[in-house]
Amino acid sequence: MPLLMPLVVAALLFAIGIYGVLARRNAILVLMSVELMLNAVNLNLVAFDVWLRDELLSGQVFTLFVITIAAAEVGLGLAIVLLVFRNRATSQLDELVELREEAAP
Amino acid sequence: MTAVEVLFGLLGIVAVGSAALVVTTQQLVHAALWLVVTLGSIAGLYLLMSAEFVAWVQVLIYVGAVVVLLLFGLMLTRAPIGVSDDLDASVAQRIAAAVTAGATAGVLVTALVDAFRGERIELGDDPSGGSAGAAGDAIFRAWVLPFEVLSVLLLAALVGAIVLSRRDVGEP
Repeated sequence: MPLLMPLVVAALLFAIGIYGVLARRNAILVLMSVELMLNAVNLNLVAFDVWLRDELLSGQVFTLFVITIAAAEVGLGLAIVLLVFRNRATSQLDELVELREEAAP
Repeated sequence: MTAVEVLFGLLGIVAVGSAALVVTTQQLVHAALWLVVTLGSIAGLYLLMSAEFVAWVQVLIYVGAVVVLLLFGLMLTRAPIGVSDDLDASVAQRIAAAVTAGATAGVLVTALVDAFRGERIELGDDPSGGSAGAAGDAIFRAWVLPFEVLSVLLLAALVGAIVLSRRDVGEP
């Protein structure tokens, strides 16, 4: 199959992930969009691995590593979101503005 | 076009379409369920590229664990069931996000088409390149050190998550 097919799918998934990260207010929805972007990268890794017929299977092994790191990331991310929710009773990102600079007078 | 290419195209459309629904739906739980569709069809794409072991790991870890974890997160933050109108940022920010995403997609697709036009993935007659045996060989021979480091990282993440979510740890 053409190498472009997986690459274009991955590029579109990555762009959708970017839109989700920037346009969503809910912290958990932002985490889901980050997962989309990680999956786009994984698709690229596997496609190039199969294309190059790598002896060491670098692409596929890296994909497994990325999946593991994504699992760790989502676990820690959710723990942080839950902690914020417990202390502030909100999971909307734009309500967490305590570290923001005050608007110039 | 071969059958593999047709299947790949269809699964790719399913993946991209359900990903678009993940970032646009107005119901929180539906976003998680559309994410299952996206991740599942990406597992199908791996299978079509003969990366069998990666595909099953994707199903086990992503569809099995990460989505369940996200659903738990939704439940514990008292996410409303049904349509909620406060999931998206302001219209101006959404337009800026759409422009950014569109520009990224444009740059990436243009560069990729320019660089890799005409290149083909030849799967060949021997599709055992991504089987569990081959992947296990690669992990436990060439990649064993990163693998062990990764297990330490997972342990650290586990400890971190427990420390973050326990209530009875003393205040610093």
